Amino acid sequence: MGQQTAAIPTPGAVALRGVELLRNAFDRSNPNNVGIAWHLLQSLGRVMLGFMLALIVAVPLGFVLGLFPAVYQALNPFFQVLRPISPLAWMPLALYTFRDSSVSAIFIIFICAVWPMLINTAVGAASVRQEWVSVSRVFGVGTFEHVRRIIFPASVPMIMTGMRISVGIAWFVIVAAEMVGAQSGIGYFIWNEWNNLQLASMIVAIVLIGLIGLGLDSALDWIGRKLSFRE
Amino acid sequence: MAYVSVNNVSMAFPVKGKGAFVALDSVSMDVAKNEFVCLIGHSGCGKSTLLNLIAGLLLPSSGTIVCEDKPVRGPGPDRAMVFQSHALLPWMTCYENVHLAVRQVFRSHSAAELKDKAEEALRLVHLDHAIHKYPYEISGGMKQRVGIARALAATPRVLLLDEPFGALDALTRASLQDELVRIVEATHSTVVMVTHDIDEAILLSDRIVMMTNGPAAKIGDVLVNELPRPRDRLALATNPQYGVYRQRLLKFLYQKQHALNE
Repeated sequence: MGQQTAAIPTPGAVALRGVELLRNAFDRSNPNNVGIAWHLLQSLGRVMLGFMLALIVAVPLGFVLGLFPAVYQALNPFFQVLRPISPLAWMPLALYTFRDSSVSAIFIIFICAVWPMLINTAVGAASVRQEWVSVSRVFGVGTFEHVRRIIFPASVPMIMTGMRISVGIAWFVIVAAEMVGAQSGIGYFIWNEWNNLQLASMIVAIVLIGLIGLGLDSALDWIGRKLSFRE
Repeated sequence: MAYVSVNNVSMAFPVKGKGAFVALDSVSMDVAKNEFVCLIGHSGCGKSTLLNLIAGLLLPSSGTIVCEDKPVRGPGPDRAMVFQSHALLPWMTCYENVHLAVRQVFRSHSAAELKDKAEEALRLVHLDHAIHKYPYEISGGMKQRVGIARALAATPRVLLLDEPFGALDALTRASLQDELVRIVEATHSTVVMVTHDIDEAILLSDRIVMMTNGPAAKIGDVLVNELPRPRDRLALATNPQYGVYRQRLLKFLYQKQHALNE
């Protein structure tokens, strides 16, 4: 292990520590000190689960809000109050309710990921270009088909933007969520290394978080461009 | 007997805090079966509003519109429209755009029949080679042909054209005008077309309805276009009657309308 001091490590020391951590990234021989890759995968898994749950709720609800302005106006005040709450404020309540730090973290991810997708889907569905709506009306396209073949494809770019924002926020929040009560994950890893005064490990973890965040964002950007219509 | 009849139609749009904006004031006009009528006027004069009223996309504040003895209460494919902005759905191929309209109109037909109808409409506008292309892959003129094919495929009673060639360059516009003449003759369509292009109106129409400037636009004058068909754009250039019509329209649009504004 590296030196036991709290001084900011040199870039060389961080690089050495990085190589060491990555070489043992998938090591799970010691259950109390598993490789950093397992922590990252834990965090990614929680983000994906929370994100998927949020997606399943946000997109259908977003369409309802976008297509029925009355529903939007009725629910909007609640959203406006709920949205600015820091997701971490829910953490103690979640821990008390679920009695499981992993489930609580997934819940927190759900809470923070749901808003951008919900609002973007609603705005996307409500602001479909008038000419496309006119086409649908002139040719007598039925309601179900109108939603499926016109409103939905027209909203895809907005939904994908919402997904991209949501995944970014979720990756942000998971680190903090795992510092509170979790026994695994990259947030736990950083907090644990802090308790051991392993500053070099912390810095390596921070860099890895940045790189994975970039990867998530690029992946969703790519998927978004694949799924969106071109003009 | 009028095929489409617009009776005393007024259209007012509510304006926030200001009451209403009156776009059309007691407009009446008739369109006969197989007739090609052009609505001409300055931009903002309400000619598109009148077309949208016939389409049923707007409902008049007062007055009635009747299409083949049926009052217009909303939009429907019997009054299919070609939009100025082509309004193709960008996530569908040309074929799918036309097919979407066809399957709404011929609900009881088999899949093979629907396919035939969509393909035939695209063949009619000479787009059989681009049938599976997406709108972003084809030129502006081709997009507008798909728009025309989509409207024709619905076999409407009246074909409504809202400045369909306004966004195209002069050469493309000329070739699409010729194509429209050919199609209208082949399909015996009844057409109402909005335009602000005098030459286009004379080349295509049987009758030209001139609208006064808004607000509260009215029909200012009507020109019965008796130029013999088929019309040839080269021969028309030297036709004395063409010059007379042209002058009458120019006078209306630039002299009378100007005077009205002052």
